Amino acid sequence: MPELTKEIADAHPTPTAEPILEVRGLVKHFPLTQGILFKKQIGAVKAVDGVDFDLGAGETLGIVGESGCGKSTVAKLLVNLEQPTAGEIRYKGEDITKLSARALKAVRRNIQMVFQDPYTSLNPRMTVGDIIGEPYEIHPEVAPKGSRRQKVQELLDVVGLNPEYINRYPHQFSGGQRQRIGIARGLALRPEIIVADEPVSALDVSVQAQVVNLLEKLQDEFGLSYVFIAHDLSIVRHISDRVGVMYLGRIVEIGSDRQIYEHPTHPYTQALLSAVPVPDPDARLHRERIILSGDVPSPANPPSGCRFRTRCWKAQERCELEVPELAVPAVFRLEGGPAAHPSACHFAEEKQVVPETDET
Amino acid sequence: MLLEVRDLHVEFRTRDGVAKAVNGVTYSVDAGETLAVLGESGSGKSVTAQAVMGILDMPPGKITGGEILFQGKDLLKLKEDERRKVRGAEMAMIFQDALSSLNPVLTVGDQLGEMFVVHRGMSKKDAKLKAVELMDRVRIPAAKERVGQYPHQFSGGMRQRIMIAMALALEPALIIADEPTTALDVTVQAQVMDLLAELQRELNMGLILITHDLGVVADVADKIAVMYAGRIVERAPVHDIYKAPAHPYTKGLLESIPRLDQKGQELYAIKGLPPNLMAIPPGCAFNPRCPRAQDICRTEVPPLAEVTVDEGPGTVPSRPGAEALSRLSPPTDNGAGRQSACHFWKETLRDA
Repeated sequence: MPELTKEIADAHPTPTAEPILEVRGLVKHFPLTQGILFKKQIGAVKAVDGVDFDLGAGETLGIVGESGCGKSTVAKLLVNLEQPTAGEIRYKGEDITKLSARALKAVRRNIQMVFQDPYTSLNPRMTVGDIIGEPYEIHPEVAPKGSRRQKVQELLDVVGLNPEYINRYPHQFSGGQRQRIGIARGLALRPEIIVADEPVSALDVSVQAQVVNLLEKLQDEFGLSYVFIAHDLSIVRHISDRVGVMYLGRIVEIGSDRQIYEHPTHPYTQALLSAVPVPDPDARLHRERIILSGDVPSPANPPSGCRFRTRCWKAQERCELEVPELAVPAVFRLEGGPAAHPSACHFAEEKQVVPETDET
Repeated sequence: MLLEVRDLHVEFRTRDGVAKAVNGVTYSVDAGETLAVLGESGSGKSVTAQAVMGILDMPPGKITGGEILFQGKDLLKLKEDERRKVRGAEMAMIFQDALSSLNPVLTVGDQLGEMFVVHRGMSKKDAKLKAVELMDRVRIPAAKERVGQYPHQFSGGMRQRIMIAMALALEPALIIADEPTTALDVTVQAQVMDLLAELQRELNMGLILITHDLGVVADVADKIAVMYAGRIVERAPVHDIYKAPAHPYTKGLLESIPRLDQKGQELYAIKGLPPNLMAIPPGCAFNPRCPRAQDICRTEVPPLAEVTVDEGPGTVPSRPGAEALSRLSPPTDNGAGRQSACHFWKETLRDA
């Protein structure tokens, strides 16, 4: 059975199910201004600069990248906390960036967010009941006033907290428990999509596993679709069906988890994967590591052509002049197989950097 | 032995009660050796390091017992001004968050040079030259131009390099790195860890690496001490612990990390939460979360017992791992044997 599903996933690098969310040419520039009274725009931080992806119903799309690559801005755009500079976000075929305030409110019910830091994303002056119940104030049609308390208690139970904790305050909980409260709040309106921005990064390893398992359980139970944003590649692999790798505001490679982790073709993905420490001391000896030099360039002034060229060991003149498109590279197009997935590199080639999965 | 911590006890006296942060920690590091101290937040790993460095906030902290032998002398018996001479010159610390550890209103060059001005009595001008030299050494490009810049003008990875440069300034014998790469991206993390390992080799320093990341540990450590609720629960050479953990907590930690090279089904999660240090459970502190807990675990504190892989004929069933294990790591005597504080370490080891 697992073999079969793997086969299907490989045949379709785009989601098999009907996409519930389609993102096309998404751009977000933050203006840089000069002057006090007459603010003159002198440039822009190109946080997100042309991102396309689809999210299938019931699917988990992982987005990985280093800090400053624009992954969190993508998350904010998806839940409409930021207005995109250009591009479309289509929810069930409808572009939500152009909706009226009223229509947007209805859509927002279905796209919820779980934030990174459970210590600052919960209001310390509100009880857990108020925090989780607050979405019902904004969307009273979901739960009539009388039933709210009971709904909140149900939610606490769903995320594995004692329903009697409803009157406690956030400081009375540990980090992992707080993140559960954040998840319960995200679930309150029974959304279809949850955008999770680094939901486990602030947690200890043993607690991290609890929260990841909870997210997976909830997905099965409620048929949720996740956009899971993280910088930890191991966790992303664990939870995602498909993975997109971002660099300086663009997706450089996207595919199923096996395509990305076992058959990466973009040099940045390869470097990123090879840099992840593997919890196996024997791997020290036979593991080849690609260590990139330098830092990520400033998104206010990204390099011409391929944005990764300043740190790439393969860079040639062509990379400086031509922007590589995110498409299945010509070399692999005919061959097929797991290497044939979109990768934005002129010189894409397969390189195995993660040791082969042993099915034991 | 470069550093020996013996039976260290630290507690914090607060309004709400006494928090026992460190309850009898013993570990040692030799020159050129890397000891990784592993544990979750609140396990006492940083507090132990602060006690060694002598930067523990006292009060509320209080060292209630034990000794810290550094190059043969007990640091806890030194006077404050003698201690100050050791700190920085003989042992140095790299902190987790470089942005908040550097002074934002002083240039990087001033902060690096301060080491030489204070400890070596150099003039400011000479110190600045030394600072440039150090920045070159940790491979900061254009060191000469950047020496006059402020911390905010550097990226995260560069700031961490400056922290490393500062720790290395006086070529100490021991470096304590407290989560040196936790705040960094993986690609930068690899750069920084490589640099640290290279400098350690070059100067033959002892390194204590405090971290919660089992991946980083596997890459660089020689031996590992796993801490839980202020005690060391397992101590072993690095290869052994990953092959076959001898403590259920270590086992749980290893199983709860998602692997890059494996797509598992459900992650194993250690149930429950780390204990409150004001009310550590009686017996083995891990017993409420342990899948193996028995009555004895709730009453008796397990001693840190020697673990022997070869138990003679019949006791340990022949495992394919056991052979490879003894081949890879010949028994080392310098205190690097295996120890586990579990009543049932034999069973844990056998199941691994």
